[in-house]
Amino acid sequence: MKSRQDRLIAIAMIAPSLVLLAVFVYGFIGQTLFVSMSDWGRGAALAVNPELSFVGLDNFRELFTGFLDVRFRQDLVNMLAFSVLFVGGCLVVGLLLATLLEQGVRGEGFFRTVFLFPMSLSFIVTGTIWRWMLQPRGGVNVLPTLVGLPRIEFAWLTSRDQVWQWNWQDVPVILGVLAALACVVMAGRWWLAGGRKRAVAAGALAAAALAWTFTAATEIEVLPFPEYHGFNLALAGVVVAAVWQMSGYTMALFLAGLRGIPDELREAARVDGCSWWQLYRYVELPLLKPIIWSAVIILGHIALKSFDLVFVMAGPDNAATSVPAVSMYLTAFRGNQFAKGAAIAVVLLALVSVLIVPYLVSTFRSRGAE
Amino acid sequence: MAVRSVRWTRFLLYAALVLLAAAYLLPLYMTIATSLKAPADIRLDTAWEFPRELFWESYAVAWERFAPQLRNSFILAVSATILSTVMGSMNGYVLSKWRFRGSEVIFPLILFGMFIPYQSILIPLFQFLRSTGLYGGLPGLVLVHTVYGLPITTLIFRNFYAQVPNELLESASLDGAGFFGIYGRVMLPLSVPGFVVTIIWQFTQIWNEFLWAVTLARPQAQPITVALANLAGGQAVQWNLPMAGSVLAAIPTVLVYIFLGRYFMRGLLAGSLKG
Repeated sequence: MKSRQDRLIAIAMIAPSLVLLAVFVYGFIGQTLFVSMSDWGRGAALAVNPELSFVGLDNFRELFTGFLDVRFRQDLVNMLAFSVLFVGGCLVVGLLLATLLEQGVRGEGFFRTVFLFPMSLSFIVTGTIWRWMLQPRGGVNVLPTLVGLPRIEFAWLTSRDQVWQWNWQDVPVILGVLAALACVVMAGRWWLAGGRKRAVAAGALAAAALAWTFTAATEIEVLPFPEYHGFNLALAGVVVAAVWQMSGYTMALFLAGLRGIPDELREAARVDGCSWWQLYRYVELPLLKPIIWSAVIILGHIALKSFDLVFVMAGPDNAATSVPAVSMYLTAFRGNQFAKGAAIAVVLLALVSVLIVPYLVSTFRSRGAE
Repeated sequence: MAVRSVRWTRFLLYAALVLLAAAYLLPLYMTIATSLKAPADIRLDTAWEFPRELFWESYAVAWERFAPQLRNSFILAVSATILSTVMGSMNGYVLSKWRFRGSEVIFPLILFGMFIPYQSILIPLFQFLRSTGLYGGLPGLVLVHTVYGLPITTLIFRNFYAQVPNELLESASLDGAGFFGIYGRVMLPLSVPGFVVTIIWQFTQIWNEFLWAVTLARPQAQPITVALANLAGGQAVQWNLPMAGSVLAAIPTVLVYIFLGRYFMRGLLAGSLKG
């Protein structure tokens, strides 16, 4: 049916795209990896094509434990806190909006358009608008005075207060405890699922992780001095703007999910005497679970990459509110430290890959089985 | 009693929705109100008041100032959208109807390219553009947006073409149609919605993009996002101008969204691999 010649034409037609992507995605990632393990030609650092010499993981060691790279560590903390708040905010708001719209409201199209229109804006536009909205003595802060309430006194983007502070020297201990917790959770799930042997093994791993945490991990000297990092309250304003822009996305996802639930299922639950809340809690929410997970992954990777919004709202030179995506740009393209910039980019890529690769693999494995 | 409680919940439902909609529209109101005020009338404590006299000059000034960058963004978005859409359509056709050995493995590898943080390819990309003389100008940006747009356009078209029944292709090939004949006679006429979804998605993404715009464009080739960020980032800003600039920068994508929102949504869902 399909001639050999046509098959060759097909491959020839897709070949240019494959070559371009192989070079621009995988080739360039490889090159970035190499640059991140080089010194970018030290003395000739300003040259465009300097002679690189290999320095192993030195750049990474400096980023995580070097005296000068304190900003990168604060960036990481900012990024993690921002990601958690942003993803959580989008999930909660999106679920609320979708649930409200699912009740058969008149003018649903209008409301949907309103909640979704910020999605079509550039982060630069959103950031510009919200920077004006979040002026300490105007915008959102004076909004309550319109109905006779006192003014809000929060400084938003110019705030310098940090909360949830912790010591960077505790990183090994924190990681150990987190690993132990993860093992405990897995053990519990396997135990309930009947996989006793696996559960015991996971439990043993958890115990080992804990033992390591409170013996060897406390001995690791990450830094010779305590260094405190926390969540900068100035980022709260960026979170608000980001949720305003992206919650329409989760709403759309959840709405599509809720619409996909067959009516017979709802009918059956009602016949069984389920109240609205029971139907929602025990039938609809569990069915939304896969969509919630994909929303977490998609929004999570957007949060890790977020650059534009922080850049325009807090300013690129604002160390207190910076994130790795911004400081990579500054380090490489303003500071001409290309090797270190590449190292930051590699850390970012690793974090994003941890989210995305399993997602891609599971998506295509299940599709292949169909 | 029951009727009454139903009425109450309906009332609360609409009250909540109206309040939420108002909250989502507040920034829009603020932007328009501020953009229509004379600089002297912009005060923090009266920021929420609608201007008593409409001051349209900000738009004239912003237009004059941003016209070159709006033009750049327009050229960039249109060219890169066309290129990446055409290539994506061909890729989607091959990956859905002309599968070859390894194509099932290649597809996720292609998609990975749309999730990576672009910082991780930025330094080699910068070097590559410098060495080919494409750095700083619009052609370089068009190339970059085309290449990194390929994963999403390929994804949308592959999923779209997968729904075309194979019987249609077989009957066309019985009539003597080859690779291009089937594409031209069967696939293209069916793929208008696929093209609309892809074009809208790519146009919006490229128009709104910032990282490459700020790293790879010389001032003459600067897209609107960079110009707006520079204006708003300065100290002691006159807020009427950034607000008018924001409106100008937002108009193309908001218009697309308002008139073709349904297709915009499909691009959105496709991007999460759920379309």
